[in-house]
Amino acid sequence: MTVLHLKGVSRVHGSGENAVNALIDTDLQIAAGEFVAIMGPSGSGKSTLLNLAGGLDAPTSGEVLVEGIVLASLNKKKLAAMRRRSVGYVFQDYNLVPSLTAAENAALPLELDGTGTGKARKLALAALEEVGLDAKQADRFPDELSGGQAQRVAIARALIGDRRLVLADEPTGALDSTTGEEVLKLLRRRCDAGAAGLLVTHDARHAGWADRVVFLRDGRVVDTSAPLPDAETLLEGAES
Amino acid sequence: MSVKHSLLALLERGPAYGYQLRAAFESATGNTWPLNIGQVYTTLNRLERDQLVEALPENDSGQRPYRITDAGRHHLAGWFASPVQAADRPRDELTIKLALAVTTPGVDVADVIQRQRTATLRLLQEFTRLKAAEDHAELAWRLVLESMIFRAEAEIRWLDHTEAVVARSELPAPSPFAAEPDPDPADLASPDLDQTEAR
Repeated sequence: MTVLHLKGVSRVHGSGENAVNALIDTDLQIAAGEFVAIMGPSGSGKSTLLNLAGGLDAPTSGEVLVEGIVLASLNKKKLAAMRRRSVGYVFQDYNLVPSLTAAENAALPLELDGTGTGKARKLALAALEEVGLDAKQADRFPDELSGGQAQRVAIARALIGDRRLVLADEPTGALDSTTGEEVLKLLRRRCDAGAAGLLVTHDARHAGWADRVVFLRDGRVVDTSAPLPDAETLLEGAES
Repeated sequence: MSVKHSLLALLERGPAYGYQLRAAFESATGNTWPLNIGQVYTTLNRLERDQLVEALPENDSGQRPYRITDAGRHHLAGWFASPVQAADRPRDELTIKLALAVTTPGVDVADVIQRQRTATLRLLQEFTRLKAAEDHAELAWRLVLESMIFRAEAEIRWLDHTEAVVARSELPAPSPFAAEPDPDPADLASPDLDQTEAR
């Protein structure tokens, strides 16, 4: 099932002589269970693509569909609800609310959506457990967590409830290489469990966790690495 | 790759015969560099000749185990203590290819770079998947796999960098051959370049 679909999407900032083509005629589909990485240099359109996918920005032309619904067809209120219920974000700097505990942060999207506190907490604890945080850690505040733990909370928050699309913008930015890898592994596992993941990164090692890697250059998709074959055939060509 | 030092290192774990050494080597490196058994025995003979290992009496099943000597231990310690020299590594075909690409008329350098990047990233994805598949991999195997992952990453970073440099610079006109001095005939043999392996 296609969770995210970009159909001929372009985004132009400004107009006339000052117009900047941030993204040009881009097609992209991500199915449930699929993890896709977007790579490209600064200014290639990576973040524009992510913002469009999450409904934070609207395309100049073309359509963005999340779970089959054209985002442009929604009014402001419905779009906000769609963002809360269907889309989760993971940012480089975690963006946790400092005055809320890990569990309260993870529960936030549910509470904003009207779920009762008790039920939201129960779901939050379950979501935190899925990312490897126990009940004790769930009651800590963000400044009492390590960077890796904070990012786990952000991933739990991104995927709590029935949300199936997770958008991650350089989620390992401030983390050391092994902690960063844990975060990637976790995103990979959430996708294997049925989520659709879109990762923006300039780090090839992180893109390596994805099923497909899309290269952007000057707002255009220049190449896509094809889906992988069986892992068994790999080592035959790897000897030096 | 030094088969000699690898065998010495394995024998440091205890006496072993050829097939055991081959199996231990391949398991430590995740079958990345298959060793043929002939190569193992030739190397053991040479090590014995140099008194770095000694042959033990044949066991009941007719296998002859070898044991590392003190001289062998000393030699092995020296190997671990010295860095790998750049000259011991094979020359890099990709570097040569790109160096030629920027000076060869009619070559779309950006395209060469993108094709390589896609291929290397694909390899990186495959290595990563292998790594993900083995949550409790042997340490030695994990290390070999991660070495390949970081190397692939480094290559991609270098390609990104090269792409940016090439895009910003005017491509130089290919050097006309007439401008070069006549080559010394000795250079034509180009021993460094024709050498297939460092050792």
